[in-house]
Amino acid sequence: MNVEEIKKDFPIFDDKDIVYLDSGATSQRPKYVLDEIQKYYNNKNANPHRGAYSLSVESTEEYENTRKRIAKFINARYPEEIIFSKNASESLNLIAYSYGLNNVKKDDEVVISIMEHHSNLVPWQFVARKTESKLKYMYINDEYELTKEEIESKITDKTKIVGITHVSNVLGTINNIKEIIKYAHKKGAVVIVDASQSIPHMKIDVQELDADFLVFSGHKMFAPLGLGILYGKKEILNKMDPFLMGGDMIEYVYEQETTFAPLPNKFEAGTQNVGGVVGLGAAMDYIEKIGYDEIERMEKELVRYARKELSKLDFLELYMTPNEENHSAVISFNIKGVHPHDVASILDSDGVCVRSGNHCAQPLLRFMGIDSTCRASFSIYNTKEDVDRLVSSLRKVYDMFKGFVKK
Amino acid sequence: MDEMYNDIIMEHGMNSYNKKKLDTCDFCEKGHNPNCGDDITIEVKLDGDIIEDMAFTGYGCAISQASTSVMVDTLKGKNIKEAKEIIKTFIEMIKREITDEKELEKLEDAIAFRNVSNMPARVKCALLAWHTMEDLLEKNGK
Repeated sequence: MNVEEIKKDFPIFDDKDIVYLDSGATSQRPKYVLDEIQKYYNNKNANPHRGAYSLSVESTEEYENTRKRIAKFINARYPEEIIFSKNASESLNLIAYSYGLNNVKKDDEVVISIMEHHSNLVPWQFVARKTESKLKYMYINDEYELTKEEIESKITDKTKIVGITHVSNVLGTINNIKEIIKYAHKKGAVVIVDASQSIPHMKIDVQELDADFLVFSGHKMFAPLGLGILYGKKEILNKMDPFLMGGDMIEYVYEQETTFAPLPNKFEAGTQNVGGVVGLGAAMDYIEKIGYDEIERMEKELVRYARKELSKLDFLELYMTPNEENHSAVISFNIKGVHPHDVASILDSDGVCVRSGNHCAQPLLRFMGIDSTCRASFSIYNTKEDVDRLVSSLRKVYDMFKGFVKK
Repeated sequence: MDEMYNDIIMEHGMNSYNKKKLDTCDFCEKGHNPNCGDDITIEVKLDGDIIEDMAFTGYGCAISQASTSVMVDTLKGKNIKEAKEIIKTFIEMIKREITDEKELEKLEDAIAFRNVSNMPARVKCALLAWHTMEDLLEKNGK
């Protein structure tokens, strides 16, 4: 596969001369995905699980077939281990409310890493406060990585839950989640993996990882906005209380009590985002058509090039691991003495889209002793020319500011 | 863009002489934009109705720092009523509610921020100090 061909699949690049380096926030969508969504609304749209008429049955089939498709995609044992939500944050909140509040007791410990996105951090502060348990952090070393020693010193016999991101949305560090899960299981803890930043770039196999829960969102992997996934082991999900209540998640409703539907419907209250689900199915088709091996090969090459070119700019601070093999498709940086929002605005005037700010990871940035960074995140449609345009635009920013920066 | 990052904004934004603590002050007010981390504190010393001295501390992007510094220059020496009018005019300029040149004259150097109205993502950077000053006056019954 060649990146120029791939880029042509994405209509947003047809008439916009932009360098899109914010796929870590949300990816662009290929025409194939957009067409499949349109086909669904044109030909099969009805409320699933509701009607006895054939159109509703077709909608239900689309919805449930995609659930099977996702189960296969991440190698879950059963389709009912896949729960649809509106985003990864909602998936994590579901776990915090339905599992966390009921399984963490006073003086237990919840362990997360300092590089968690707020969505895998704030819910655990809430659980810790409500259950009078303790929230502990695994910190990164000078190479922006979690060491085995740090992991093993924080996860103890008191640990009931470990929350860990597969790839940091700020640093791009790839965590060795397989080892973390193995160690946490030895200590009797349940592990929640945030795969939002990894699944667009690498193959996920929940059985091989032995993850208890794994969450991600569709919109970072070429599917439309508004759809999140929760994977959970069936035996754990079965024991959990519902999170949101209402239509379609019940069996019998009496005036004073209700019995709930079995998995997966128990966790899917109200009319679901079937169009989004169809889009995610199509996005998985698209990923499989290119193949994860090919995606990894192309992205590794691009990230290697970006690391090399950015490292040549001596006015940049780069926040990335020196170990290329542990680095995914995100690079955070600052121009020394220049605020990232100013950098991002000037890059924008050259058509280069990067994120600036705290990236929903304030505790991490505070730990690193900084307020904010610029972040370039890459995807399959990014070219080496994109990196070159980033570099030349960064030089321009530096030239504008260098006379004013305090030494 | 080069128009936006003009000399006034670069000089005030990167190395402002107004960025300091006053020896004594009557009022101070903290302002912050949680989304971007900008965080400033404005200090004001009054002589009766007149803003005798002003300064600020804190951190943020060049646009928010410059906007704070230029506000200090603009409001110093004005009475409270004039200050309030200038603040109102500045906010309306950024929101594109005023375009009349004559009305904008009272903004003095602060008119340099006019182009921020073309950069929706940066409007809150330019307005931080002015909203903070508005709060300061209101909270202290001025």
